[in-house]
Amino acid sequence: MTLPLSAFLIVGAILFSLGAVGVLIRRNIIVVFLSVELMLQGAILTLGAFAVYNYDLAGYMLVLLTLTVAAAEAVVGLAILVALSRQISGFFVDRLQSLRG
Amino acid sequence: MTEAAFVYLSAVAVISGLAVVLLRSPIHCALALVLVVFHVAGMLVIMGSGFLAVLNVLVYAGAIIVLFLFTMMLLNLHQHEETRYLHRYQTWLGIPLGALILIEAVWVAAAQPNPSGEQLGIYSPAVIDAAGGSAIAAADVIFSQYALPFEVAGVLLMAASIAGLVLARRASDEAEIEDEVDPVTDAAGAEYVAALEGDSHGGAH
Repeated sequence: MTLPLSAFLIVGAILFSLGAVGVLIRRNIIVVFLSVELMLQGAILTLGAFAVYNYDLAGYMLVLLTLTVAAAEAVVGLAILVALSRQISGFFVDRLQSLRG
Repeated sequence: MTEAAFVYLSAVAVISGLAVVLLRSPIHCALALVLVVFHVAGMLVIMGSGFLAVLNVLVYAGAIIVLFLFTMMLLNLHQHEETRYLHRYQTWLGIPLGALILIEAVWVAAAQPNPSGEQLGIYSPAVIDAAGGSAIAAADVIFSQYALPFEVAGVLLMAASIAGLVLARRASDEAEIEDEVDPVTDAAGAEYVAALEGDSHGGAH
């Protein structure tokens, strides 16, 4: 293993911040969800790299939990979206204005 | 060899990540995310943890993104297509904020030294190879030391599936269930109402 740990961490960081930018700038609700999944990919890469380079498999369990939480989040989020589709027309974040003062 | 593979995988992962953020159609974004997932899995393989790579592809590309694509198909997004797909003002706030996160995270990541000596655990690559691969080594840890978190993850998935069912059900289904008459209680209720009415009539006259 000749690659340094920081190489993987940097790629994970780039993926995470790309996902964060996607959450902030996109209007479409589904693409905001997809950007959250992109952030989770960065987190998974980072956790996996730490687990392998520290010779400590606790990181594997953390990745497993991350995948579980990602699946649960996708299920609940998309169910809310399906329920929401009967209330609003067009899946855009700025259409959700019921809490605006 | 490993370096070349890493350069390819990281370049494609980052470019597909950009595509997820910047492509207009949600379907294209989801497919770009599939590319990201596969290339992150490739990076996990060259790290030497094939178990995580397989898990990543199975759960993400196989389940989560398929769920996203199903939902997009179900909701028929194309009828709502508009010209603007980014926020008008928030974009110019979001990009500098994202750049700030990027600079911070890359700064911290680049300064991270390779762990060595006292910090290291027992699962070195040699130990993992001797155990018979990363899946078996992971099973050693998950089913002994972390058995409880593993079970909790299962309970979480169960709760999420029930929540998805309840949330996505139509409101009219609920109304039908409430309106459904139970013959026994309904007959008793009718008798009770009749008795009450008889009482009030008797009292009045």
